[in-house]
Amino acid sequence: MSDLLPPALILIIGGLLLPAMKGRGRDILVLGVPALTFYFIWALPEGIRLEVPFLDYMLVPIEVTTLGRLFATVFTLMAFVGGMYALRQATSRELSAAFVYAGGAVGVTFAGDLITMFIFWELMAIGSTLVIWSAGTDQARQAGMRYILMHLMGGVILMVGIIAEISRSGSVDFTAVSLEGIGGWFMLVGILINAAAPPFASWLADSYPEASPSGSVFLSAFTTKTAVYVLMVTFAGTNILIYIGLFMVFYGIIYALLENDMRRILAYSIVNQVGFMVTGIGIGTPLALNGVAAHAFCHIIYKALLLMSAGAVLHQTGKRRCSDLGGLFQSMPFTAACGIIGALAISSFPLTSGFVSKNMISAAAGYEAMTVVYFLLAAASAGVFLHAGIKFPWFVFFQKDSGLRPKDPPINMRIAMGIFAFLCIGIGVYAAPLYNLLPYPVTYEPYKASTVVNYLQLLLFAGLAFFVMLPWMKRTLTITLDADWLYRRLLSRFGNVVWFALVAGYEKGETKIRNRAESLAGLSDMLFNRKGILTKTWMIGTTATWTISLLLLYLVSYVF
Amino acid sequence: MTNIPQNDHEKHWLVRAATIRKLWIGGGLVLGLTVLAQVFIPIQGKFGIDGWLAFPAIYGFVTCVAMVVGAKLLGFILKRKEDYYDE
Repeated sequence: MSDLLPPALILIIGGLLLPAMKGRGRDILVLGVPALTFYFIWALPEGIRLEVPFLDYMLVPIEVTTLGRLFATVFTLMAFVGGMYALRQATSRELSAAFVYAGGAVGVTFAGDLITMFIFWELMAIGSTLVIWSAGTDQARQAGMRYILMHLMGGVILMVGIIAEISRSGSVDFTAVSLEGIGGWFMLVGILINAAAPPFASWLADSYPEASPSGSVFLSAFTTKTAVYVLMVTFAGTNILIYIGLFMVFYGIIYALLENDMRRILAYSIVNQVGFMVTGIGIGTPLALNGVAAHAFCHIIYKALLLMSAGAVLHQTGKRRCSDLGGLFQSMPFTAACGIIGALAISSFPLTSGFVSKNMISAAAGYEAMTVVYFLLAAASAGVFLHAGIKFPWFVFFQKDSGLRPKDPPINMRIAMGIFAFLCIGIGVYAAPLYNLLPYPVTYEPYKASTVVNYLQLLLFAGLAFFVMLPWMKRTLTITLDADWLYRRLLSRFGNVVWFALVAGYEKGETKIRNRAESLAGLSDMLFNRKGILTKTWMIGTTATWTISLLLLYLVSYVF
Repeated sequence: MTNIPQNDHEKHWLVRAATIRKLWIGGGLVLGLTVLAQVFIPIQGKFGIDGWLAFPAIYGFVTCVAMVVGAKLLGFILKRKEDYYDE
């Protein structure tokens, strides 16, 4: 039974214990908890289920699948290396939240029913918001508030979908869902909000760059990739996802090209990369789904490496705008080298992890004779090199000499970057161990000579386009409007107008009421004070005269 | 913050004018070689056109230029000052 401990609980309990620990004990906990979780993930035999009755349903907090274990493995690896990166720099509060967040992600990958999945899904929303708020700045507080509102809304939509789906099918099983019922649509929208699919993509570039250097590393890994995992389980082969994914791919490229903030460039490129995965889920063949799973695995590693590299620059210089940076390769050679390796991996350069994973998705589109999808993915691959592969290292580490000469970051941050840089190259050179973890048997061969020549041409000429078009990409001190304009500006302005109208109306009404009350008070005073008509003391004779007169009047009116 | 070297010989060797010139020449050679390699290693295109000589090179270059131009045009509509939301 001890083997049936949900691995997610280890991360969550470990995370909650963290604030109570100090010094070496804290270090051991930060590195030991993910390692222990890793052990439990692999100690659970595949296919095993832990069932727990709850009301009329049978909950399944543990169901070990190949796909779930692959995602749980990379989530735990991320918690370990992210913990190493954050070891000396992050607050215990941030690390605690990050581990609960990671626990939520691992919990989703082991969930065998929709209710358990949803509980861990919401736990992630809380953990990730706390990670953002841990940066402690005003911008982080505000961005975190917008983030949690978006995710709570997504959670409610997902919950409505789950309830509708359970009442339709009578089953809580976490398995493929059709779009025939309204529940399926609600679930799809709820999941896509977490996947940062437009028009709900803006939350990602709005919030992640406001977290601390280590916070944004954790954030880049879990929410969107858990959404990818859930989409793979529930909506594999759903056609509409191909178009949503392609939109995400180009949205990410265009917005990253317009951006000046180095961490926001990387945030947009998360949307771009998740777009490749969503497209692959839409294609839905075993090759495409293997590609998605492999790409999610590799993406978590190289994206974290890129954000670690950007975080190291931010930590050492306090600057994050490309226009303030440049020439840092001279004093931060290790960080620059790691940033370049991450950039090559995200661009799917041969001998890096991206090459052995992302190209499976393009190949799947080719095998299915999806001409337009295939060529759009090829253009997008070139675009990735353009917006992230060259743009990030060029503007941060080369470009111009900013005069800044910061040193490479502390040793723990360098070790973390080193581990992930090693994996980016290692997986690219020897992909077999990753391929063995994929949900379907792999027959794909990444290093056919013609494939290598094809991608080298595509990518290197994309690089040429970057330098030819460099004058067009001069950095400006600007932001780019996104769908969040609707609630950050339009609704906010509209809300202000309504609010001011209400306040003005209230004040006007208040004045009116006060005036009326005052006139009523005057009337009441006239009628009821000591000398008022109704309350003053009358002479007996006067009273008798009035009574007789009224009775006489009554008698006369009765006669006639 | 240190003084930014103005003279070429004070700069890091990688950013000296002579090195940059060599990098352009070397880069051009590599680009040429990747296209030349297709003569010896034909690309089996899945849709015909993608097997043509230098197609990936032209496609990569043209689509990237189009994306940069597209982004620039969208930028005219969508770009705002950094403090836009703080006003």
